[in-house]
Amino acid sequence: MPSEARQIKLPLTADVIAQLRAGDSVGLSGAVYTARDAAHQRLISALEAGQQLPIDLDGSVIYYCGPTPAPPGRVIGAAGPTTSSRMDPFAPRLYAAGVQATIGKGQRALQVRQACREYGSLYLIAIGGAGALLSSFITQAEVVAYAELGPEAIRKLTVAEFPVLVGYDIHGGSIFPGDEDLD
Amino acid sequence: MREIQSSQITEVIAELCQRVNYELPEDVVEALRRSREAATSQVARTVLDQLLENARLAREEHIPYCQDTGLAVVFVELGQDVHLVGGDIYAAIDAGVRRGYEEGYLRRSVVGDPLDRATNTGDNTPAIVHLRMVPGEEIKLHLAAKGGGSENMSALWMLTPADGAEGIIEAIVGRIQEAGGKPCPPLILGVGIGGNFEKAALLAKEALLRPLGQPNDDPQLAELEQRILEAVNATGVGPMGLGGGATALAVHLLSYPCHLASLPVALNVQCHAARHRSVTI
Repeated sequence: MPSEARQIKLPLTADVIAQLRAGDSVGLSGAVYTARDAAHQRLISALEAGQQLPIDLDGSVIYYCGPTPAPPGRVIGAAGPTTSSRMDPFAPRLYAAGVQATIGKGQRALQVRQACREYGSLYLIAIGGAGALLSSFITQAEVVAYAELGPEAIRKLTVAEFPVLVGYDIHGGSIFPGDEDLD
Repeated sequence: MREIQSSQITEVIAELCQRVNYELPEDVVEALRRSREAATSQVARTVLDQLLENARLAREEHIPYCQDTGLAVVFVELGQDVHLVGGDIYAAIDAGVRRGYEEGYLRRSVVGDPLDRATNTGDNTPAIVHLRMVPGEEIKLHLAAKGGGSENMSALWMLTPADGAEGIIEAIVGRIQEAGGKPCPPLILGVGIGGNFEKAALLAKEALLRPLGQPNDDPQLAELEQRILEAVNATGVGPMGLGGGATALAVHLLSYPCHLASLPVALNVQCHAARHRSVTI
């Protein structure tokens, strides 16, 4: 990431979220949860059934990531982002439940951009295919839910200056060339 | 007739599974470097710098360069004068995948049932094996551990003969534009033209095994590769879909005779994490 990355401690505050603009380079420090395809289906089913969730979504950051197993001496293996658009059907519901930001790669459906604006939440992007490099910004990892899903289990990661770019901000802006601003 | 133990296949596959995940092929690294030099925006340079740094770190520290360590696709060229002893070739390949993914701390990315997604097979098997018999008494094993994100953006079209080269370019460019940053550009595109429905798809995947940027032997096809590459790079999708640099590093095309009525075209999208390597026994 460029040296001008803005360093931010998690959880995000509404003020900080409002200041960020699509394209900004940011370093995140604090806790994020991994969740991808199968974990999303379970979280949504639990939400719809009114069941208690295994993690507190309010104020959380969700990282679309299924890491490789940790080799001896490391806290985690390769841990880059997976394609966000597969989680598009679930994202607005999770933003509504208090998720402050999601981290993934690639463009997303219009309803996700709209949800970012509506709920005051961000979509952040990490560099796809840089799994070895990104793992070096993770200082702790523990499985906290759905262990039976293996790589798709929900992990709580502690990250330090984890490099991301703001993909969609809360003002309707997008980092992707060709995306018009909303409105 | 030469005797080969199937356990040798297991050993080779186990080692290949690890090496393809730790060592990004040098031709890909070189193409990323050239792409970095030619990039026109700061964000594209940043992305490509990170990818180069990532490849270095993975190679030195023996960790996978991407957390998607792939579905094991194995192309086998089996010499017809080989007598394979000691067990089933498919079982030997799966045993190699099982061992390689376990010993190499690689991700198990296979679910047992495509609809009921709850059960991971736990060992990254079964592999997908394409077996071809060839003259001679050697076995060539080419492992391509294919990632899901780029595979998802692949496509197959049954075009009509009148669509021709223009129709092929249009279909591919449309698909790459639609895919944007999802398949992790810069990409390598495998294109299969002709054959039939399944042959085109197989050609597209086989085309990805060629050394990066080595043109097709047929000058006309080499020219079409170049035209597709230029058209894809003119989309401006760029590294990670953020613009400012190359969308594709190379286009590799393979063709085959086909039916009078048909023009099958397949596109196999490969991300920059091009995990493949071969060994001849």
